[in-house]
Amino acid sequence: MHEMSIAASMLEAVQSESARRGTHVLAVGVKIGELSGVDSESLRFCFDALVQDTELAPLALDIEFLPWRNRCRQCTRDFPVQDYRTECPWCGSAQTELASGNELEFAYMEIEET
Amino acid sequence: MTRVPLERKVLNENDRLAAELRQGFLAAGTLCINLISSPGSGKTALLERTLASFEPGRRVAVLTGDIQTDNDAQRLARYGFPVHQITTGGACHLDARMVEKALTQWRGAAIDLLFVENVGNLVCPTSYDLGEEARAVVLSVTEGEDKPLKYPATFYRADLVVLNKIDLLPYVPFRIELAREYIRRVQPDVEIVEVSCTTGEGLDAWRQWLDARYAGRTSGHAS
Repeated sequence: MHEMSIAASMLEAVQSESARRGTHVLAVGVKIGELSGVDSESLRFCFDALVQDTELAPLALDIEFLPWRNRCRQCTRDFPVQDYRTECPWCGSAQTELASGNELEFAYMEIEET
Repeated sequence: MTRVPLERKVLNENDRLAAELRQGFLAAGTLCINLISSPGSGKTALLERTLASFEPGRRVAVLTGDIQTDNDAQRLARYGFPVHQITTGGACHLDARMVEKALTQWRGAAIDLLFVENVGNLVCPTSYDLGEEARAVVLSVTEGEDKPLKYPATFYRADLVVLNKIDLLPYVPFRIELAREYIRRVQPDVEIVEVSCTTGEGLDAWRQWLDARYAGRTSGHAS
């Protein structure tokens, strides 16, 4: 259950951005990859629990879930990895690498017009 | 209302510290290994056997993480190498800040090989870069062989999987071929060693992996 520490890191980052820009932040968008090791529902729960005791409340959280995709080193096409099948469905090569799904990143903030 | 891009990692601060640690390890010629597993898979036993195999004077150190108690540090200190317990007080993983803080006590001391034994947990430690050069994930045969499929994020980031407690294979339903297949499905490039910390079987292969990573530490990982 490390989502609590991740939610705390997110709030710290939003607080510093809010202070830097001198505006109120209304929403924050994050990208969570399938392989990030973070559960979106737990993250939302922890985020909502923590934010209500801060001056950032109310702050909306928008989570974009990014499924695991690999890219083929041979034919360079990418494909969704389902049932842990990492071989390329286009050319059959086993030489594939992560294209997306590793993300634990901010995407955007919605701020008040100044 | 205006939408502004915010392109940074959520764990930006941890990643920044981890990058500093990695830079420090590189400059000092230290090989840092992050050991991750479920509770009870045998990380501490593996470290005990490993420390026992090093000649005195070898510059090896261990940071061991637990939520409570310094039992593991006490177990590991018997081998004569510097050992420090990081007690997280509830946190289910180590982060770069904890490692940095723990390392200050050895500032100036030359360490060739640093083991960081993470808190026993197959989920949370995976998101936290500790500045390590390699991650070794321990999976024991008393667990389910499908753990790689249940915890793909952890196995995906593994450089080595140590299949531990193989002396128990005759007594448990664990299908080791299936475990290897599941590990490779999640991470085709991973190396796998099979060991028993009770009989010592396979520990040579683990030691060879460590020696090879140590020999390749500055040339292979300069990025």
